[in-house]
Amino acid sequence: MSPVDLAAMLGWLVLLSLFALAGGLFLLGVDRKLAAHMQARIGPPLRQPFIDVAKLLQKENVVPVNAISAVFHLAPVIALSSSIVILFYLPVGSLLPVLGMYGDLVLVMYLLTVPALAMVAGGFASGSPYATVGAQREMVTMIAYEFPLAIVVIGIAWRLGAAGFSSPFALGTMAANPIWTIVGPLGIAGLLLLLLVLVVVTPAELSRIPFDTQEAETELAGGLLVEYSGRNLAMFYLAQGVKTLVLAAVIVAIFFPWNLSGFLAMPPWLALPADILFFLVKAILVLFFSVTLVRVGMARFRISQVVSIYWMYLTVIGLAGLLLLMADAALPALLGVGV
Amino acid sequence: MRLSPSFNRSLWVYHFNSGSCNGCEIEIVATITPRYDPERFGIKLVGSPRHADVMLVTGPVVHKMKDRLLRVYAQMPEPKLVMCIGACGISGGVFYDSYNLEGPVDEVIPVDVYIPGCPPRPEAIIHGVVKALQKLERIQGGES
Repeated sequence: MSPVDLAAMLGWLVLLSLFALAGGLFLLGVDRKLAAHMQARIGPPLRQPFIDVAKLLQKENVVPVNAISAVFHLAPVIALSSSIVILFYLPVGSLLPVLGMYGDLVLVMYLLTVPALAMVAGGFASGSPYATVGAQREMVTMIAYEFPLAIVVIGIAWRLGAAGFSSPFALGTMAANPIWTIVGPLGIAGLLLLLLVLVVVTPAELSRIPFDTQEAETELAGGLLVEYSGRNLAMFYLAQGVKTLVLAAVIVAIFFPWNLSGFLAMPPWLALPADILFFLVKAILVLFFSVTLVRVGMARFRISQVVSIYWMYLTVIGLAGLLLLMADAALPALLGVGV
Repeated sequence: MRLSPSFNRSLWVYHFNSGSCNGCEIEIVATITPRYDPERFGIKLVGSPRHADVMLVTGPVVHKMKDRLLRVYAQMPEPKLVMCIGACGISGGVFYDSYNLEGPVDEVIPVDVYIPGCPPRPEAIIHGVVKALQKLERIQGGES
């Protein structure tokens, strides 16, 4: 790679990082506004998360006496930077993943655990019983939702592979070939089940109600984040926003990869902003149904219920979806019709 | 110390009960209902004093709670405000000559805003928050 290419790529990465920070906070603001309207309130202004971060940056940064200072300070940095890095591997609008040639959906799946692990490390390093209990619950939740998430990723990639694409795990392949157009009626039923699984995994990834046992304000007083204040808390707040954007981008990339410029003819200078705006609209819609609607309408599950929900119900639903996708790929050959 | 205007658009509130009868708690909960919706102004109830900008103290300070109140106050990151809610916290209220009282809140920690009432109405609590914001604006202006 020539130095010019490298410089251009670094420039893109910086721009994309800024977009991740601003877009993530914007999505958090939209979430709070929508939740407020559903509760017949006016709610905070859309820029409230930006104000919150600006305020947190002015606050004192307290380090508890019995905290492990190095890990305590490192955890928010890792959480924020690793959540931004995930976005480099995901398509945003018609913008193909900047680092797409270096990693695929399996890497994204692994990277998604890094912010959560950083929060666990920060929780254990806080030296507070609340944070310790929160960190243990976060680990249990992670173990619970990893398996259904893996089923979704494997299922989609396997179907793409069965349809004859050479690199089925690459997000570029998924963006170029919307999965719905490849499968038959059985496959569409299977995809709907997998979409349901991914939508239910999302609140646990973002530690939102009903799967926010690790941060439970009313029982653990903030859980993992209980000892964090000031700049460190602001970084976790930003990481939460970026993770929200990333999760929405994952769902959009796998299930709704269409672009506005694919339907309407428009000049290239207009296509990119239009596609990014369209991406944000898709992200807001996805988050409305997977996060906002659920968190307004439901109460919190106990940690024991979280595990059984993911390991029993969602795994069964996911496997059913996987079987439907396999049947969809195998049936035409068995019946001797189609391909 | 200079604060930017974003500070008083985002007050996170921590509630501490130093021996209250629960009357003021009920009014605080009434204040955060959709009818008054303080989240419009960025006011949010948080569970940890580390996240808080404002501490609401209700009730007179009883013997056992004095040490806890001092520790929770010390745990809040600067800059911080204390709002004393209800007649008990201001003067001791009906418990003023009780044997196990350490005294009103301001004999234990510095108080910025007093909200009288037994219990104060939600409107009074919101008025108290406005007073706290005015105090913050003076801090932003560079006065102590």
